[in-house]
Amino acid sequence: MEYEAIYDKVKSTLVDALNVDDDQVTPDARLQADLGAESIDFLDIVFRLEREFGIKIPRGELFPESIFQGDPAFVADGKVTDKGLAELREKMPFADPAALDKFAADPELEKMGDLFTVNLIVRYIQSKVG
Amino acid sequence: MRWIWIDRFTAFESKKTATAVKCLSQAEDQFGEHFPGFPVMPAPLILEGLAQTGGILVGEANDFREKVVLAKVPSAKFHREAHPGETLTYTADIVDLRPEGAVIKGRVTSGAELVMEAEIFFAHLDQNRSQQLFGDHNFVFSGELKYLLGLAKQAAQPQ
Repeated sequence: MEYEAIYDKVKSTLVDALNVDDDQVTPDARLQADLGAESIDFLDIVFRLEREFGIKIPRGELFPESIFQGDPAFVADGKVTDKGLAELREKMPFADPAALDKFAADPELEKMGDLFTVNLIVRYIQSKVG
Repeated sequence: MRWIWIDRFTAFESKKTATAVKCLSQAEDQFGEHFPGFPVMPAPLILEGLAQTGGILVGEANDFREKVVLAKVPSAKFHREAHPGETLTYTADIVDLRPEGAVIKGRVTSGAELVMEAEIFFAHLDQNRSQQLFGDHNFVFSGELKYLLGLAKQAAQPQ
């Protein structure tokens, strides 16, 4: 499937799930900071993507939870540790490497949500549907 | 306070669909103030009835072991007002049923007329965390809801 075709479907999925306008959804839009997604929305988005693309998204694959939940090996003093960063890179091979590098430079846990952009979802779906 | 916004189930097919009815009576408290001289069933209470119909359908799918909570209403459309004397029919169909939660599509009709339709997303509370917070007691399916569950089971019996 082409990037554009996936992007259009992801966009309409987010418009439905988050009740946002079409033009708010851009490739760089962050789900939480820009589109107002809350924790329950992530589950809703996963359900919708599965229906829309006919794929199975195992729990924690698109939105890894282990680091969010403040595992002491992964998070210390509000920052993601080197081990946590390695875990992120391993669990999220579909993340934009440039975005990960930017986060790694100042890995405050609070900013981790910024990694979850519209583009990240499109790249994830691409990795699933080939 | 009684918080039951459906009267009985009329059809129940496990993991698929449930239908319940609600008879609107002039004697109900909400009509006193909503509105004086012009009783209208408050729209959120219609939505609550649909959520109870769908919530019991979702709860029954796992023998009421999960704590099913209304997590989100992604969309709801109200087509017309409902008044005392009408019988509302709530129908909930399961769209998605997963270990983490479920999605239903529901509609409310009065006779042949569509009153309201909505999509409702239910989450199953995390088993470990809710055990710590609430213990074994399933506070969602207790008390008056249990009575409705009995009616749901009756409606599920083959005729």
